Amino acid sequence: MIRLLAAAALAAAAVTPASAQTIAIVGGTVALGDGSEPIVGGTVVLRNGRIVSAGAGRRVPAGARIIDAAGKWVAPGMIAGFSRLGLAEVDLGADGADDTEANGSPFNAAIDIAPSINPKASTIAVGRADGVTRAIVAPSAGRSIFAGQGAVIDLGDDLDAVMRPRAFQFVELGEGGAGKAGGSRASAFTLFRNALREARDLAGMRPIAGSAGRALPRQGDDIPYVSREDVRLTGLDARRSDDVLLTRFDAAALVPVLRGQQLLLVHVERAVDIRNVLRLRSEFPALRLALVGATEAWMVAPEIARSGTWVIASALNDLPASFEQLAATQSNVGRLRTAGVKVAIGMIGEDDTRRQRNQRQNAGNLVAVSRIPGASGVSWGDAFAMVTSRPAQVMGLDDQIGSLKAGARADVVIWSGDPLENASRPEAVWIDGVAQPLDSHQTKLRDRYRDLTRRDLPEAYRR
Amino acid sequence: MIGARIVGAAVLALVVASCAETPPPKKAARPSVRINDNPYPSTYVRYPGVPTLIRGATLYDGEGGRIDDASLLIADGTVQAVGGPEVTAPAGAVVIEAAGKWVTPGIIDVHSHLGDYPSPGVESHSDGNEGTAPARPDVWAEHSVWPQDPGFSRALANGGVTTLQILPGSANLFGGRSVVLKNVYARTVQGMKFPAAPYGLKMACGENPKRVYGGKGGPATRMGNVATTRATWIKAQEYKRKWDRYDAVGGDIPVRDLAMDTLRNVLAGKIRVHNHCYRADEMAIMIDMSREFGYKIAAFHHAVEAYKIADLLAKEGICAAMWADWYGFKMEAYDAIQENIPFVDKAGGCAIVHSDDANGIQRLNQEAAKALANGRRAGHVISDASAWRWLGINPARALGIDDRTGSLKVGKMADVVLWNGDPFSVYTRPERVWVDGALLYDASNPRRRPVSDFELGQPGEGDVK
Repeated sequence: MIRLLAAAALAAAAVTPASAQTIAIVGGTVALGDGSEPIVGGTVVLRNGRIVSAGAGRRVPAGARIIDAAGKWVAPGMIAGFSRLGLAEVDLGADGADDTEANGSPFNAAIDIAPSINPKASTIAVGRADGVTRAIVAPSAGRSIFAGQGAVIDLGDDLDAVMRPRAFQFVELGEGGAGKAGGSRASAFTLFRNALREARDLAGMRPIAGSAGRALPRQGDDIPYVSREDVRLTGLDARRSDDVLLTRFDAAALVPVLRGQQLLLVHVERAVDIRNVLRLRSEFPALRLALVGATEAWMVAPEIARSGTWVIASALNDLPASFEQLAATQSNVGRLRTAGVKVAIGMIGEDDTRRQRNQRQNAGNLVAVSRIPGASGVSWGDAFAMVTSRPAQVMGLDDQIGSLKAGARADVVIWSGDPLENASRPEAVWIDGVAQPLDSHQTKLRDRYRDLTRRDLPEAYRR
Repeated sequence: MIGARIVGAAVLALVVASCAETPPPKKAARPSVRINDNPYPSTYVRYPGVPTLIRGATLYDGEGGRIDDASLLIADGTVQAVGGPEVTAPAGAVVIEAAGKWVTPGIIDVHSHLGDYPSPGVESHSDGNEGTAPARPDVWAEHSVWPQDPGFSRALANGGVTTLQILPGSANLFGGRSVVLKNVYARTVQGMKFPAAPYGLKMACGENPKRVYGGKGGPATRMGNVATTRATWIKAQEYKRKWDRYDAVGGDIPVRDLAMDTLRNVLAGKIRVHNHCYRADEMAIMIDMSREFGYKIAAFHHAVEAYKIADLLAKEGICAAMWADWYGFKMEAYDAIQENIPFVDKAGGCAIVHSDDANGIQRLNQEAAKALANGRRAGHVISDASAWRWLGINPARALGIDDRTGSLKVGKMADVVLWNGDPFSVYTRPERVWVDGALLYDASNPRRRPVSDFELGQPGEGDVK
């Protein structure tokens, strides 16, 4: 690692910024991230922050800086398929250090998580050093079943983390949703229907002056905020003030969900809950859904497959941890794949603020499951895609991230070995073509204390 | 005295009182009661096995040794022979050709809450923390363990765990007694108890006790934690003096106190201290406290800053039971590093990989693999076989059962895992698991896959998990 970084630093001393250089990584085993099996002796070329080419027998452009990756693996950076990365520095007993949930907020669906993401969070540095270059970040639900709008971020060492704000709305419709809705799933589904109806009513109103003629809003926050005074002037919403549950801002945020312009991530675990969520489309046909968690999804796999709905699965749930996960098995993902369901891996509830490292371990375990008699796992290529290109596809960003296809953003990791193996570590990481530091609070502590011999000054002077 | 078990004269004769240096006073009555130290004894009986020879495997013996093309013969519940191709199968033995596979001792998890925080994790199942007062050494984890926790089966089949210590939680400074179990389902917790394993006492320092009791009358600070803990030990010393004197010379029967019984046995060296403690500075304080009152700490649990005092822990002979990479979930875990386990090992200390988690217990081998790789990158030269000590003999030592399990040595319990590949690879799973020579998991035989009562008739009953 040190050798590689030193080389990178030397090269960066040239006048061109790192991202503008042409870099050719040669001789490594290349994993494209698109579901294919790894390619031995492949070449990856990046320039101007983009992938130029990747695969076997690719030409090395003249003048390219060549990095020898013989014995290494080269792969797209991983994408955390469902996380709370960058939201909490410490989860417990550190008031102010945790932005995952806003239990005291008057808002729910309107909450846009972007301002809560701290690009300098230690969790981002740790994730980056483990080869995670992008993350899907969702708020946690506070008082409502609607948690708010999540973002896609990069893990680069700069202050511009948010790649796509308001990429999706997140809602709880299983056991968690029942709790938020006053105690039952029936109430949660009723609240959901009511919320979308309020959004529909709001969407039918004439936009306020100045925004007329614009194309349909792309994201929730782009919906015109209609003030009470405007409503009275238009006269179209006379009843809203005494027969609504959502604030106007929250209702407005659900308009793009209703219209299918914004993806709706739904956390559900139980088989029948999944089925009930899929059937919401009969009432709201434009809904674009993705299921999160989905422990019992294998029981309704054909129905999910037919619907074309994405699943961001918790890969290794195998305990009846709750009464909505009684059928949990590590064969869930394998069975879903066999049925033709589109699957990415996420980590809802599994230290999702900070241990994205486990996502690749979970992917590797799905390959292990394929070797157990009677169990259903997945191939290596499929497993790796579930932590790279598949989360990107869920977000509609697969032309930009999650694989080494030409033209994609140059999020590239050189691994010491197979990226799904326990022993492997990144030796170099680029995000948007920019070489990233791999140190962190953790590595600095490691270096400070690796030798405990007493010296002339206390440990506090070592760094 | 209500509820206290007083044993009669018949048992009295079995109990040895060390009174050699205390001459009996002239007129005192001989002690008429003895406290029964084992009122809920193990009823575990090993299940039948067949003599089995595994040959051609790579074997890690759990003490640092490795044999390639190894043969392991188990019969009558114990390891009969460990060696190379020269080991032969007795007539009638099952022979397993295991080329390309690995054999290790069953994994031991020194920190589990299976059974006392079972699945499903509903309120009615929350039996791990007697969070009603900061010092509750009177509670015993075994009285909370639900032997039907589905988690035991996952730990066996996916994790290769054959022995585990169930601890009370860390809400309390004194959380109560632990219990060591064989990972074998039974109708009663007594039926799972590892025969004659020493009891442990769960102690805790740091954030958890002060968080739980800060609003409930204290302690509310770390200094309050330490003061309350010391005050409790002072009472225990007095209790011990009274009972020791009574046991030696008789007289008035001292008032019996369950909490003090446990602490007295710690001070007498019969119960091992398992101390939940994250920060280096707090561990050092707990070490001084153990000297102040004359007990020994068997292991610090979690010990995320063990690397800062790895030299001290090695010198004191205190094990550290750790995660590979958990960090930051609370302030006392903020300085976690991914080389903690190997750094403790490198300093000559007793490093242990623990789970504290119903999912993590299924992948302790993988957690060790991560720590091992990180340690090597940081300069620690160590073999794979040596790293298996973190899952084998070291946890057995912390539990005081290293004379019977934790490694594949002739005469030890035949607690064995046959892995379908290198057990440090993410792609490897247990193929078969034996406990005391009984085949209790076989990946290719659904009839050798335990299904707890809870899962019968439920969706997924008997499924691969």
